[in-house]
Amino acid sequence: MAKVEKRRGVSEERLRDFLREMLLIRRFEEKVEERFRAGDLPGFLHVAIGQEAAEVGACEAMEDGDVFASTHRAHGHTLARGTHPNLVMAELYGKLEGCSHGYGGSMHLYDVERGNLGANAVVGGGLPAMVGAGLAFKLRDEPRVAVAFFGDGATNTGAFHESLNLAQLWKTKTLFFCENNEWAESTPGWQHSPVWNDMSKRALAYGMPAVKVDGQDVEEVYEKTKEALERVRRGDGPVFLDVETYRMEGHYIGDAQVYRSKEDRAEAAAQDPLVRLRERLGVSAEEWEALDAEVRGIVEAAVEFAKGGTDPQPEDALKNVYA
Amino acid sequence: MPELTYRAAVRQALVEAMRRDEDVFLMGEDIAEMGGSMGVTQGLFEEFGAERVRNTPISETAIVGAGIGAAMQGMRPVVEIMYEDFLSLAMEQIVNQAAKHRYMSGGQVKVPLTIRTQGGAGWSPGAQHAQQVEAWFVGVPGLKVVFPSHPSDARGLLWSSIYDDNPVLFFEHRLLYPVREEAPEELEPVPLGQARVVREGEDVTVIATGPLVHRSLAAAAEAEKDGISVEVVDPRTLQPLDVDTLVRSVQKTNRAVVAHEAVTRMGFGAEVVAVLQEQAFDWLDAPVERVGARFAPLAFAPPMERYLVPQPEDVLAAIRRTVARVD
Repeated sequence: MAKVEKRRGVSEERLRDFLREMLLIRRFEEKVEERFRAGDLPGFLHVAIGQEAAEVGACEAMEDGDVFASTHRAHGHTLARGTHPNLVMAELYGKLEGCSHGYGGSMHLYDVERGNLGANAVVGGGLPAMVGAGLAFKLRDEPRVAVAFFGDGATNTGAFHESLNLAQLWKTKTLFFCENNEWAESTPGWQHSPVWNDMSKRALAYGMPAVKVDGQDVEEVYEKTKEALERVRRGDGPVFLDVETYRMEGHYIGDAQVYRSKEDRAEAAAQDPLVRLRERLGVSAEEWEALDAEVRGIVEAAVEFAKGGTDPQPEDALKNVYA
Repeated sequence: MPELTYRAAVRQALVEAMRRDEDVFLMGEDIAEMGGSMGVTQGLFEEFGAERVRNTPISETAIVGAGIGAAMQGMRPVVEIMYEDFLSLAMEQIVNQAAKHRYMSGGQVKVPLTIRTQGGAGWSPGAQHAQQVEAWFVGVPGLKVVFPSHPSDARGLLWSSIYDDNPVLFFEHRLLYPVREEAPEELEPVPLGQARVVREGEDVTVIATGPLVHRSLAAAAEAEKDGISVEVVDPRTLQPLDVDTLVRSVQKTNRAVVAHEAVTRMGFGAEVVAVLQEQAFDWLDAPVERVGARFAPLAFAPPMERYLVPQPEDVLAAIRRTVARVD
């Protein structure tokens, strides 16, 4: 048996779990692209290919009872926090079995049992509620954390600034997790923010500790998130994680990316977190194929489950407006 | 019976809910030591402390958004937006977040958040401190909208709003804070979605909200001198709306006036008129009259402000127009 490498405390076994989860998300996203292009899926879809290490590292570091708000690019967070791929896929197919029962869709994935308080289609829209959830945990003295996921594009909204200010002022149990892929839809970081290549400056302006994270290294994401969560959980105040990551694809499925150079796309592809982790773990071609076959099977089964799901009745649209 | 002011009524509902329930807490600008810009929360900071009576930065998006997040964790926050005009700063959180979380989650989430706010003309604040914006929210599925005119209603409806599992916009009116009403000392909850017949009459129904309930009562007293019997109905809750009580009243009187302080055009009254023509058309003996502010931002100079905002004489004129029409 090979020696279990324990660099910075994450076992090889655990890293292999992370690899499997990341690969599952990758294959899930690819399948979503495929089914969308085939005309199976209604609506408007955003995949996070290239950002799997950030998603898995963060979500694996969270604990049961922690809550989060995600973004329009939410499939990965939702899967990584344990919502079954069948239920996510069923949601994308608009079925009652979906994790939002067909009321939400790709940009509004929820799973309250697993702490998912909603993916948000308004950039920056989910942050203030994570300040409020973190305040509730503080007022009730609960060892729980509210995690706000958002991208660099959100850091220019008023909601972002008001959220950081209030969270730091009140020392709420909130973690701000900035997935900086250096794109706000089609607009590159240098066109949308004066501090685009150092988002931590945003947090420092509020006196909030900020940590830079290599978002393509799942182990680093996991460890730094874990450390930040511990601090937040203790009640020492919020932390801002400035997570550098890469969006390997367009803003949405079908985005021709006319705004993006070949070189930029090649640079992103060279930062594929799956390739990095696979190399790091020395996964053989055989092992890789076996793993790939396994996760592809899960994704195929999810599609079958979703296709066989129940269509809502039109008049179901009038339910759930009020509690 | 003892007399209760509108201001004390709101305060009593807050105090009793906070004494009963640790999950009820307040957030807003200047609400702690200062007691709120209208003095509604005076004494609450002293009784409940800084953790539960939370002075906030001037940061409406975060105030409402933090309320949403705490509400989703099962707390029952009551946030105060100092002036209705400032709701615009939190519009995204109210309309896209608070109103839709339950729906988008397919029924998994509840947002038991109460947003208290106040406004109202008659003191020359100019265009950004007194407009009436309740109609903005009545058309948003997922929100409830409450606008009490009387102290007992303010108290009972605020209680029901706090304990409702949905986001509620609770509109108070600045000029009503000193209004008095005889009311028992004990808080009686008033259910959301029930109108109140404030004055019974036979010839015409005035459906009015907020300060226009009082101005309509004054107009009704004047009309009485001419032998016109006016019924005044206050919906109290604009969403959900007690359509039955409004329609029943109009079926009895066969004439209707709708009256509010917000601009007439696209105002809450427009919806009431539509409902009446759908459900009481065959009973109507005259077109439904509308009374509201003229279509301009609120002016500063007192003669202009007064000209824009509906007064008792405007309601009286509308009443006379409806009854002048022969069956």
